[in-house]
Amino acid sequence: MATSPNRQHPAFYALITLLVVMSVGPVLLMFVNSFKLDVDIISGATGMIFLPTIQNYETALCDVLWYEPEHIDFCSLKFGGAFINSLIIALVSTVLTLVIGCMAAYALVRFRFMGRDTVSLTTLMVRMVPPAVLLVPVFGLWNNEFCLDRDGLIGGLIRDTFGGRRDVCLAGTHSGIILIYVAMNLPFVIWILQSFIVQVPRSLEEAARVDGAGPFQVFFLVVLPLIKPGLAAAAIFTFRIAWNEYLLASALSDRNTKTVPILIVNNMSEFNVEWGVIMATGMLLAIPPIIFTLFASRQIITGMTAGAVKG
Amino acid sequence: MNRSMANRFTPYMFMAPAAVIMAIALLYPLGYMVWGSFRDWNPSQTIGEAEFVGLKNYITLWNDPNFRESLGVTLRFAFFVVTFEMIIGVGLALLLDREIRGMSVLRTMFILPMMIAPVVVGLMWRYMYHPTVGTFNRFLDSWGLPKVDWLGQYALGSVIIADIWQWTPFIFILSLAALQSLPRSALEAARIDGATGWQQIIHIKLPLMMPVLIVTGLLRLIDAFKVLEVILVMTEGGPGLSTEILALRISRTATEFRELGVAAAMSNYLLMLLLLLTVAMFAFTRWQESRAARIRAAVEEDA
Repeated sequence: MATSPNRQHPAFYALITLLVVMSVGPVLLMFVNSFKLDVDIISGATGMIFLPTIQNYETALCDVLWYEPEHIDFCSLKFGGAFINSLIIALVSTVLTLVIGCMAAYALVRFRFMGRDTVSLTTLMVRMVPPAVLLVPVFGLWNNEFCLDRDGLIGGLIRDTFGGRRDVCLAGTHSGIILIYVAMNLPFVIWILQSFIVQVPRSLEEAARVDGAGPFQVFFLVVLPLIKPGLAAAAIFTFRIAWNEYLLASALSDRNTKTVPILIVNNMSEFNVEWGVIMATGMLLAIPPIIFTLFASRQIITGMTAGAVKG
Repeated sequence: MNRSMANRFTPYMFMAPAAVIMAIALLYPLGYMVWGSFRDWNPSQTIGEAEFVGLKNYITLWNDPNFRESLGVTLRFAFFVVTFEMIIGVGLALLLDREIRGMSVLRTMFILPMMIAPVVVGLMWRYMYHPTVGTFNRFLDSWGLPKVDWLGQYALGSVIIADIWQWTPFIFILSLAALQSLPRSALEAARIDGATGWQQIIHIKLPLMMPVLIVTGLLRLIDAFKVLEVILVMTEGGPGLSTEILALRISRTATEFRELGVAAAMSNYLLMLLLLLTVAMFAFTRWQESRAARIRAAVEEDA
């Protein structure tokens, strides 16, 4: 404000440096440790001086590597598969949430479908529901109710194609996990996009309509391109939740649909933690969010402030 | 005719997918949970087979010392976390509200902790708190200080510190945004009248920021009740029940003790608590908006 940028107190810069070290430090520490052997991590005497190794990453990714690392006898950690599951689940649920949320937000703003109050109240209500609260009903429903009878037409077809003796249920499939993520994220996405769609000038849409565009054309060709920043913010937030979520995924997934967070938690609860490998898996899980943070921090901040200040 | 029909149904067509998904995967499960909370229900039964027991689950929980302990831990965790984060976050925002070159880089670094998976955050802190190989104890050791049993004796405090690390930036960024959108004229006037830095903060900046701060605090409070993964990875609720927050206890009751009915009742208690907070927040923002509208109307009348 009053003081010019180049006349700040030195203590001020010290404070900023301290803050940066504090917020980035733990991540860096994990990064460095993921290149250390367990021996080095436990002895700790060497500090920053050590021989970097990618052995931990080789152990973690052993099921997708094209060569066989010599230090592994048996590939027990199926990280590659889990990573692919995570990727499928997070990407599909992000895309679905955005498309569905966008349409709903547009209808709410343009057609005065319900009062804004009702919408923001519902959004808030749903935002407050913790995943832990959904655990019990989702577990029960996805395993028992949302099933196709195995003797029925479609259920029988799926059973014959994919095998399996029991009824075909949502639990244990990618779609089961995706469904709950889409539902969890929709309210927030609708809320954020709403605040962006309100700013799109109505005259633009009317001009398009006069030129003979139908409601869907107006939406996809006129409105969508104008709310790109909002879409980016919403996409990042949805992806982040779908990518990072542990609890519901752990209740719904089976051996083949495990996501990365589940894998990490399972390995952490073992008695003898292999720090190096765990940190490597953690680092791999953290890479997509880190990339988003580096390249889209403005959108993230937009989303954060829109979600909170107008909430 | 056809055209107007299509136009009339457009909003419903746009709304339908969202409404259907939320009804199936959000509202129905919640109703299902309320229904299930009145039953003696274990995972091998369908809900129809489970016996109806009325309010038994709720009463059992209310008299269960473990549940009360866990509720206490949750409330303590939420209280301390929000208090410290608000103080530190707002304090930093007030300190750093100047023109610094590279502020956007700084903000990018600050949001990093929030974007990383809670599981990974838990993992990093569990490593740093580790009694022998952990960073903190090694640091203390190298200075000749006694080691601290972070995740044993001071487990709740350590968990709170980790959460403060992760979420203070949230409050910092929001309050910085609020600070920078304050009317310049008020601050200008105060400076001309000779208000010191402290006086400006206490009498002008903080009161003007208050609406945003309260909403931010309430949002953080609601989120603090949702924390689960970080604590699960760091301590698994232990030692004893010292860090077993409600969310964790719900998941343990459901998966380890296999009492879905009790877990559902517990979820309902948590939900009621959060509902109260949310309604408070909603009422507050409405009140705030109507007050702002009144002031605006008054100003326009004067003009």
